[in-house]
Amino acid sequence: MSAAFDAVVAGAGIVGAACARELASRGLKTLVVDADVVGGGATAAGMGHIVAMDDSPAQLALTSYSQRLWRELAAELPDDAEFEPCGTLWVAADEEEMEEVRRKQRVYASAGLATEVLSSDMLAREEPHLRPLAGALLVPSDGVLYPPCAAGYLLREALRMGARLETSKRVVSAIAGRVRFDDGSEVHTGSIVNACGADSPRLTPGLPIRKRRGHLVITDRYPGIVHHQLVELGYLKSAHSIATDSVAFNVQPRRTGQLLIGSSREFGAENAELNRALLGAMITRAREYLPEIGDLQAIRVWTGFRAATPDKLPLIGPWPEDETVYLATGHEGLGITTSLATAKLLGSTMLGGKSEIDATPYLPSRYAPHSSAKEDGAELQTPVSHHA
Amino acid sequence: MHKLVRSIALTVNGVPIAVAPGTTVAAAVAIAGAGTRMSVSGEVRAPLCGMGICFECRVTIDGVPHQRSCQILCQPGFRVTTAGEALRP
Repeated sequence: MSAAFDAVVAGAGIVGAACARELASRGLKTLVVDADVVGGGATAAGMGHIVAMDDSPAQLALTSYSQRLWRELAAELPDDAEFEPCGTLWVAADEEEMEEVRRKQRVYASAGLATEVLSSDMLAREEPHLRPLAGALLVPSDGVLYPPCAAGYLLREALRMGARLETSKRVVSAIAGRVRFDDGSEVHTGSIVNACGADSPRLTPGLPIRKRRGHLVITDRYPGIVHHQLVELGYLKSAHSIATDSVAFNVQPRRTGQLLIGSSREFGAENAELNRALLGAMITRAREYLPEIGDLQAIRVWTGFRAATPDKLPLIGPWPEDETVYLATGHEGLGITTSLATAKLLGSTMLGGKSEIDATPYLPSRYAPHSSAKEDGAELQTPVSHHA
Repeated sequence: MHKLVRSIALTVNGVPIAVAPGTTVAAAVAIAGAGTRMSVSGEVRAPLCGMGICFECRVTIDGVPHQRSCQILCQPGFRVTTAGEALRP
C-alpha cells in the first residue's frame, strides 16, 4: 500500500512545529497530529528562555547553534511571540560562584559566545532590586519569547509550505509506518516523527524518558523591576543529584511588565496539581535573591512536564528499533531553545545533507536496546541546572 | 425606608466623592464613572464577577497597585487611581 504522507509528526508543541516546518520546507508531504491545543503541553509550561547552556560540550553546541537560529528568525517572528533579546544574568552569591562565572565565560568563549563578567557594583546598577551579590555573568545573546505563539508561528509556516494539521483525533499508535487514531482510522506514512515530549514513550515504548514536573508563577504587571533573565549559579553548591526534587531562583521579565518565576524540578509526579511545599520553597528561594518579589501579586500558578533523559541531551534522529520512526523529544528544560536546531538535525538525519553541528551526541541509537552505542552515553551524569 | 448616608470621603483619580459605609471600592469607581484596569492591548476594563475571581476590577489604592476593588470596602481618605479612562463620555 502506498503511503499517504512522507512524514507524520506526532505532537504540535514547539519541537513538532519546528520539525514540520523543516520537513515541509524540504518538500515532504507532511501531516502534523495533536488532539490537544497547539503548543499547550510542555511548550506552555516553558519559560521561553532562549539560552546557551554548558552542562556538556554537546549541550553547548546545540544551544548556541539554536540561539543563533532564533536570532536569525527574530525579524520574521510575529509580535505576539514577544521575542526580547534581554540577555541572561547568571548571578553569583559569593566568591566561589564568581569562580564559576569565570569558568563559564571561558567555556562560552570556546563556543564563540561573547560574555561579560559583572562585578558586584555593576550588577547592582543593572539590577538594583537584587539583594547585594558577588557579581554575575552577562550572556547578551540570550533572550526570551512567548513559546505558545512562537510554536503557532512555526506551525503556520509549515502549513503555508503545504503541511496538513489534524487536531480532531488522538494518535494511539505510531509504528512501522502506520499511525492509528482513536477513532479507528489510520494513515500510512514513510516516516513517523515522535515529538510528544514527556508523552513520547507512549508511542515509542522503550524510550529512556521520565516526566520531570516544574512549577511556574506569573505576577501581575510591575514594569521595570528586572531587566534580564536572572538565574542563580547556586545549584553548584546545593549539589543535589539528578534524582532529587529541587528549586532555583530563575526570574524573567515579560514584555507586559509581568515577572515569570521559576523553577522547580520533581520526578515521580504524574499529575498537574501543585506541590505546595515545593512551590513555597521556590518562592522562598526567589525572595532570597529578589526580596520585593514577596510583595508582588501572582495571578497564576501552573505546572508542566519536562521530558528528561538520563544524559540530559535530547533524542534527535532515527530510532533503531523501527526504521520508520524518528525521534525529536527528550529536551527536558531546553526544548524552546533547541527546537530550531532539533528540526535542522532531524532534517539532515532523515533526508541527508550536511548539518552545521555534529548530530552524533543526540542520536537515539545511544539508548536503543539492541545498539552497541548504548554504553558510550547512557551513564553520563552531569550537574543539574535549572531551566523551566 | 433606610436612607443611605454618604459619609465616607475618598478620591477616585483625584476627584473627591462620598459613599455610604459598606460600599466597595469597585462601586465607588463605578459611581465616579471610571473604568478599572487597562488591558495589555489598551482596552478599558470594568468588574465582571464582583467576587474576586476575574481580576478585572484591579485598581491602585494609596499607591499599592493591582488591588481587587470588588473585595475592598471604602475607607475614609482612600486615594484610588485606575488605569482605565472614564467610561462615560
